[in-house]
Amino acid sequence: MNRQNNYLAHAVLIFGVLLFLLPIWVMVAGATQHAGAIARGDISLIPDRHGLNIFWQALFFKGVASAGYPVWHMLLVSFAMALGIAVGKIAISLISAFAVVFFRFPLRRVMFWTIFLTLMLPVEVRIIPSFAVLSSLHLVNTYGGLTLPLIASATATLLFRQVFAAIPDELVEAARLDGAGPLTFLRDMVLPVSRANIAALFVILFVYGWNQYLWPLLVASTPAYSTIVLGIVQMISPDEMTPWNMIMATTTLALLPPIMVVILLQRAFVRGLTDVDK
Amino acid sequence: MATLELHSLTKNFGATSILKSLDLTLASGEMLVIVGASGCGKSTLLRLVAGLETPSSGRIILEGEDITNRDPSKRDIAMVFQNYALYPHMTVAQNMGYALKLRGEMKEEIARKVAETAKLLGLGELLSRRPGQLSGGQRQRVAMGRAIIREPKLFLFDEPLSNLDAKLRVTMRAEIRRLQQRLAITSLYVTHDQVEAMTMADRLIVMEAGRASQIATPMEIFEKPANLFVAQFIGSPAMNILQPAEAAFANIPPNAVIGIRPEHVILDNNGLQLLIDLVEPLGAETLIYGTLASGQRLTLRRPGGPPGVTTLQVAFPQEALHLFDSVTGERL
Repeated sequence: MNRQNNYLAHAVLIFGVLLFLLPIWVMVAGATQHAGAIARGDISLIPDRHGLNIFWQALFFKGVASAGYPVWHMLLVSFAMALGIAVGKIAISLISAFAVVFFRFPLRRVMFWTIFLTLMLPVEVRIIPSFAVLSSLHLVNTYGGLTLPLIASATATLLFRQVFAAIPDELVEAARLDGAGPLTFLRDMVLPVSRANIAALFVILFVYGWNQYLWPLLVASTPAYSTIVLGIVQMISPDEMTPWNMIMATTTLALLPPIMVVILLQRAFVRGLTDVDK
Repeated sequence: MATLELHSLTKNFGATSILKSLDLTLASGEMLVIVGASGCGKSTLLRLVAGLETPSSGRIILEGEDITNRDPSKRDIAMVFQNYALYPHMTVAQNMGYALKLRGEMKEEIARKVAETAKLLGLGELLSRRPGQLSGGQRQRVAMGRAIIREPKLFLFDEPLSNLDAKLRVTMRAEIRRLQQRLAITSLYVTHDQVEAMTMADRLIVMEAGRASQIATPMEIFEKPANLFVAQFIGSPAMNILQPAEAAFANIPPNAVIGIRPEHVILDNNGLQLLIDLVEPLGAETLIYGTLASGQRLTLRRPGGPPGVTTLQVAFPQEALHLFDSVTGERL
């Protein structure tokens, strides 16, 4: 590629980055300013140094005004939920994909297509029956209730199926002749070979779990199980003056854990999505 | 090392019969090479013995024990695969030691055996590498090492050299044979390459359409092929097959076809006229292709360079002729 093309590519990339960063910057800068000024539409792009302690306040003292749980508590609930969903989804899909790819059992195809069909049934579609089931199991307002209905994942199963199907038959046979049973094979061959894919999927699923809104809204009716996303929404109240600076500070804090996960796993993430050579 | 017996081993896939009632006995330390065109059932035979496929009927006896329905992991058989099937995420040492580790052997014991096997195969320097960092020949050696280290009762080779380049194939061929003889490893070796088959085998089994056409030593097979298929499959270029119409053949029963190897055709001034249409000089020898007056094709193998003529007078010595039944193809 020649130099001019390079400059052009960089210009496009920088423009894209700015487009994404600007709202986030407005949010960070806005958090440090007065709620009244924000409500008037008077946001300065330069953060106010004196307003920085708003983050501290949000984290430890003020959360949902009505409930009295500070942001750190909601972050913790969100983190537990996102982690539970990501780990649970990976564990379940890994095992079901393992069964579908490596075992010949009756109705194998039927099972596979049944899993495939659940793609058409996201939480939003089955939310009332799911809630009825959970409530009869007394799982409302528990971590189990927050995570379990979101754990089954056709997408992850399909992804793992593709990854496993790429493992050559000879490798499976060599391991069998070496004396590896199914679980040993899963542990010693399948998991190491798909490590990058697991990491990539973890990132995606963690962010997916972190961003859940509708389901927690239904199943976490006490503030003790309120997630950060719920908390932010509950801060916006129609009858009193909305503390926009507090909301922006909380939103900023809510962004940090997913960003941390992405940064920590980004190398594996990129490898898992681009590496075709197994 | 142990003996292997196959009793009327049969494999069908649906209505298709892949292996038709094969009987075979392998002596301890013997190298038996299975050769045949692709689709003749040779790989299926190997996979049945390994336990990767279940036979439709018949029995497999290894060292006196019936292992027909035993899980592959409990058969104590090692296999070297065509694509090596090395574990990509493990180092060479881990690849070789994996079976021992699963068997629950001590770490020091595994390390000692790995070092020993690596020395035997000249892999000492490579123990900490991963398969992706090795050349084809090195991977092949690691695959051998992984099999040897277990000291199994039986070795199976599934076209292990077919992914190597021609030169390396010759080297590895000799290496495997040397190792097999030195360690007296009872082996079944599948190949479609007849040179490999001839050079490596104690005994050779030529397979055609799921049946063993002939089981004998390589020289026996070369000198006395049991039928037309074997006669044309072993030997390069293939044996000439002629109808007895030629005047040159006296005392030949009318229901026979005649086979003669290209190197056994002689030049004779009173012989038949051969019109040459292609000459292939190979250096030490020359292949000559031509047509007889009767229209039948004939190939000759002559020492030295091209003859420089367009016709030759050829004859067929009586003692070099092979006679086959024109209907069944069996040797007469």
